[in-house]
Amino acid sequence: MADPAAARVHPLAVLGAGSMPGAGATLRALPPACRISLRADPQVAAAIAAAIGLPLPEAMCRANVLGARAALRLGPDEWLLIGPEAAGESLARVAMAVPGPASVVDVSHRSTALEIAGPRAVAVLGAFCALDLDAAAFPVGMCTRTLLGKAEIVLWRSAAECFRIEVWRSFAPYVWNCLEEGRLEFFI
Amino acid sequence: MSGAFRTASGGRIDRTQPILFGFDGRAMTGFRGDTLASALLANGVHLVGRSFKYHRPRGIVAAGSEEPNALVTVDRGGGRLTPNLRATQLELRRDLKATSQNRFPSLDFDIGAVNNLFSPLFSAGFYYKTFMWPASFWKHVYEPLIRSAAGLGRAPTEPDPDRYLHRYAHCDVLVIGAGPAGLAAALAAAETGARVILCDEQSEPGGSLLAETEARIEGRPAAEWAAGVARALAGQDRVTVLPRTTAFGWFPDNLIGLAERVTDHQDRPDPRLPRERLWQVRAREVVIAAGAIERPLVFPGNDRPGVMLADAGRIYANRYGVRVGDRAVIATAGDSGYRAALALLGAGATIAAIADLREDPAGAAVEAARQAGIAIRPGTAIAGSRGGHRVTEASLRRIGGSDRVERLDCDVLLMSGGFTPAVHMFSQSRGRLRFDAALQAFLPGKSAARERSAGACNGRFDLEGCLDEGFTAGAAAAKAAGCGSPRTRRFARAGAVPAPGGFLGAVPGTGKGKAFVDFQNDVTAKDLQLATREGFRSIEHVKRYTTTGMATDQGKTSNMNALAIVAGALDRPIPEVGLTTFRMPYTPVTFGTIAGASRGMLFDPLRHTPIHDWASEHGAVFEDVGNWKRARYFPRSGEDMHQAVARECTAVRMAAGMFDASTLGKIEVVGPDAATFLERMYTNAWARLAPGRLRYGLMLNEAGFIMDDGVIARLAPDRFHVTTTTGGAPGVLNHMEDYLQTEFTDLKVWLTSITEQYAVIAVQGPRAREIIAPLVEGIDLSPAAMPHMSVQTGQICGVATRLFRVSFTGELGFEINVPADHGRAVWEAVLQAGAAYGIVPYGTEAMHVLRAEKGYIIVGQETDGTVTPADAGLDWAIGKAKKDFVGKRSLSRPDIVAPGRKQLVGLLTHSPQEVLEEGAQLVADPHAEIPMRMIGHVTSSYHSAALGRSIALALVADGRSLLGQTLYVPMPDRMIAVTLVAPVFYDQEGRRLDG
Amino acid sequence: MLLIPCPHCGARPENEFRNAGEAHIARPAEADDAAWADYLYMRTNPKGVFIERWRHIHGCGRFFNCVRHTVTDRIIATYKAGDPRPSLDVLRAWSEHAR
Ligand SMILES: [Zn+2]
Repeated sequence: MADPAAARVHPLAVLGAGSMPGAGATLRALPPACRISLRADPQVAAAIAAAIGLPLPEAMCRANVLGARAALRLGPDEWLLIGPEAAGESLARVAMAVPGPASVVDVSHRSTALEIAGPRAVAVLGAFCALDLDAAAFPVGMCTRTLLGKAEIVLWRSAAECFRIEVWRSFAPYVWNCLEEGRLEFFI
Repeated sequence: MSGAFRTASGGRIDRTQPILFGFDGRAMTGFRGDTLASALLANGVHLVGRSFKYHRPRGIVAAGSEEPNALVTVDRGGGRLTPNLRATQLELRRDLKATSQNRFPSLDFDIGAVNNLFSPLFSAGFYYKTFMWPASFWKHVYEPLIRSAAGLGRAPTEPDPDRYLHRYAHCDVLVIGAGPAGLAAALAAAETGARVILCDEQSEPGGSLLAETEARIEGRPAAEWAAGVARALAGQDRVTVLPRTTAFGWFPDNLIGLAERVTDHQDRPDPRLPRERLWQVRAREVVIAAGAIERPLVFPGNDRPGVMLADAGRIYANRYGVRVGDRAVIATAGDSGYRAALALLGAGATIAAIADLREDPAGAAVEAARQAGIAIRPGTAIAGSRGGHRVTEASLRRIGGSDRVERLDCDVLLMSGGFTPAVHMFSQSRGRLRFDAALQAFLPGKSAARERSAGACNGRFDLEGCLDEGFTAGAAAAKAAGCGSPRTRRFARAGAVPAPGGFLGAVPGTGKGKAFVDFQNDVTAKDLQLATREGFRSIEHVKRYTTTGMATDQGKTSNMNALAIVAGALDRPIPEVGLTTFRMPYTPVTFGTIAGASRGMLFDPLRHTPIHDWASEHGAVFEDVGNWKRARYFPRSGEDMHQAVARECTAVRMAAGMFDASTLGKIEVVGPDAATFLERMYTNAWARLAPGRLRYGLMLNEAGFIMDDGVIARLAPDRFHVTTTTGGAPGVLNHMEDYLQTEFTDLKVWLTSITEQYAVIAVQGPRAREIIAPLVEGIDLSPAAMPHMSVQTGQICGVATRLFRVSFTGELGFEINVPADHGRAVWEAVLQAGAAYGIVPYGTEAMHVLRAEKGYIIVGQETDGTVTPADAGLDWAIGKAKKDFVGKRSLSRPDIVAPGRKQLVGLLTHSPQEVLEEGAQLVADPHAEIPMRMIGHVTSSYHSAALGRSIALALVADGRSLLGQTLYVPMPDRMIAVTLVAPVFYDQEGRRLDG
Repeated sequence: MLLIPCPHCGARPENEFRNAGEAHIARPAEADDAAWADYLYMRTNPKGVFIERWRHIHGCGRFFNCVRHTVTDRIIATYKAGDPRPSLDVLRAWSEHAR
């Protein structure tokens, strides 16, 4: 039997081969990542940010990106830090080393990430998400928890035509299938 | 070839594309661009259905969505059956197969038509009057009769194989209706750069312009202008033009529901397209340009096939190239009749006469008719019609003259009572209507939402006025949405200007015979008068008593006539009688549109644990727990559930079992005040719980009732790993956040859901320690280092773990938490390591039995929201020294401390193999009179393999004082005797926890 | 579907929120049985301006207060949990406005 530490099952493995590429909007599952839920009052959070060298966004519902790492402000005292899995442990350690009341919790496996990108990405998301995703209302760098169909997601516009979706792992196949349903008409 | 009544030229149909279609099994031909209605009329078919109540033959009345009669069922094959489609909106496509409704066995010969002879029975309020007595008749006679006869069309019985989709959209300006006012509004708004959505229920934008033959706008024929404008709009980035899209409902904060018919008009739709799409449009501003609906005249026999709205006759001629008859009589209250007469004349028909209710008709349209040599009868009312399945004769009577009638042969009778502004959407937006005495119409008054009306729905009936008002409204809407202003624009226009004019109510001299007001609901003028004689005063009551204006029609053609008749009968002015509420949907919306993609796999998220696929591959039978699928038991070949569960339970008691507990809710509580917070949220004491130890936690709501429970681990002074029930997880987190954010705001502590971060594998049984020992690194499993109710972190199978020593079975047990991606691999490793010891996977059913043997409660099974800790025998979990916790104050309320509360006990049936039904009631005296006094109920009941007999848990009034006594469970055929015992059946000393 | 202005995130569709009942009901530190029963079960349920709690549960997660007219369903204002209850005069003015 394979080494259990190495034998991992991606939350979307059940869907098999993955999504057919399409001109309108491409859907893909993103690789595993390190995810930290950081909770603290903003002053403490700022100190943590300085210590880990990842500036936190000050505005609500905005993401800061530095290299392969990103910080998403999801609430007044809540940030989601995302980084490559290899860097995850150090990120957590640095964050935990910071003095002051805060909560740093590893949620790497809680969620999985999808990406939908292309000129019709907004339309595909619009089949299930009630937010206004016009570039003026939801600009690049905006991120928020919201609903996609009946599943809660974190939606982050990482580029003009590219959205990253963070979703709790057991909801991932549902979200994936919703987006596939929404993409279908754009293959014509 | 496409019908004897097709004109030689003209119309917007494509004469190069003939289309074969079927109606009631008869093959006919039409053209691309036809509706089913226009194609039928081109073939001389007027009779298309039977009426709802009297089964009277009915024909096509209108040319648009207001059609009350021509409802058909379309079968697209393979279960694609849609009833109640309006033939006037149904675009012709190849092989369209439509059937008429409300008839049996055939349209020409209908048994139900006998209702017509018994029509006195079906007068106003007939349901209420007829089916009242005797009571027993209701169930056996009346209801089956009504059910078999009633209803519009028949619901399909097969699953709908089509796809449906929703779309949320946002815009600055939504324009409802793409007639002249709507197109002008969209032009104005689009010019400012606003995000614009323009929707229209018809197959192409243009509205009334599509049937316009004379008017020119900006130098072009009106229809051509409309097409050009629509094309230009659709080409703009920020404009969405939606034909075949009905704005059907207005919801709070300017959310408008649009139903788009995406594929029904296509010959061979691409299966990747949704059949219909529900748009939920959040619009900053809305321009309503919904047009107006022509009113029928109310006279005896006005429902005969061949009696149509005048403007419909004109539209069929001008837009579809169809002559609705060869010889027409026209009854009108305004210019519409004249315009129709000229259009029909142009289409090759003879006009027998125009009867005009006005004494001195004048104006351009009247003059044109006169010039064309049409006989005009001023001050003349239509008195009646004759004919069977088609009108053959119209009779006219001079108003105020003798009773002498003029009878004229005809095969079509066109009528116009004037136009009613379509204020439906305005009314749905909760705007207040005002009555315009000059127009004799209700018009939009005070707004309640961010909208404005323009054009005919606002009482502007002339083309120039519609264009200007539309443009102004579009500009104002864009400005209000913060988008700036367009350049001013005047629409140069040429052509005839129709004069308004109209008539409300039953035409003068209407005497005997059925004069219909509401064709769809079969309501006559007499029904309305009868209702007022019987004492109904409110128009809302009259509506419900007579059913006028109800159902799918929503009174489009009937409301104003009904109102005028009621006002007349009550001798009160129309605005005092008021108007009934317009309800959504404007026209019917399919269930498919409303459901959208929420069907089958996408109906609800189906949550699977990281170990689900293994369980599925190994034959697990699953059960639904909330949205989760949980393995209920793992039958081996030939086993039923009972046998599988007994085997799984025995393995846990004798060797070891493993259980997927991943669905348990998990919350990481972190911060310097974490212990203080838990002190307040749970009944137990937490401050002195040492890091590395676990404690059972009991959560109450503020009323003192058990809300949830779970084991809580203290990982560090400021860090707890809280577990909750599977179903309670979201509610517990919400409850905690509520208190944290709004009551205990001084505490520095944060809550993070980690339910899905960890896969949880429970290994339970006397061999549990031996099984996991070789897999664990960095954790001392010895009883001294890791006693019952402790936690350690380390590695298992090379994966980081939070290892709990805990038991929900009464056996030595561990719960292995590992990051979810590794769950399956660790599960398989444990299974392999345990094989030599006889480990088996067990499911939720065995879990339930094992915990019941130990008397452990399950929240939601032993509790129902009215059970206190004392009721459940959990007083021991209350920190007596604590000053406060949520629910504490309630535990001393009089009702909570009063005697007689139901308490948790165990039950043993006198006959050991009898398994009680969960939910069964308990009584003290089996011979008591019925209804017996019920003193308790069974909450859990199983066969216990370990005990070789049945066991049950129950809540019984003062149960703990009744231990040893016999109670009874009454069943339909017998009494089951049970003895009350303490609710722990197995290993009462708890020795097995240490293996 | 209402459009609800979250004090932290701005206007969002109603499906991201969950209603949490009447606002400004203080949890008494001490209460006799009658007062405690009032706290547990009695609510004002007015026709007109009503102050209630919502949680932006599928958003920032914050509870906040919301002034809504129960007849028109119109939301008049929202403010953060812990902020003081608007004065009677302000409420009266809002009530006129929202009717
Ligand atoms: Zn928010």
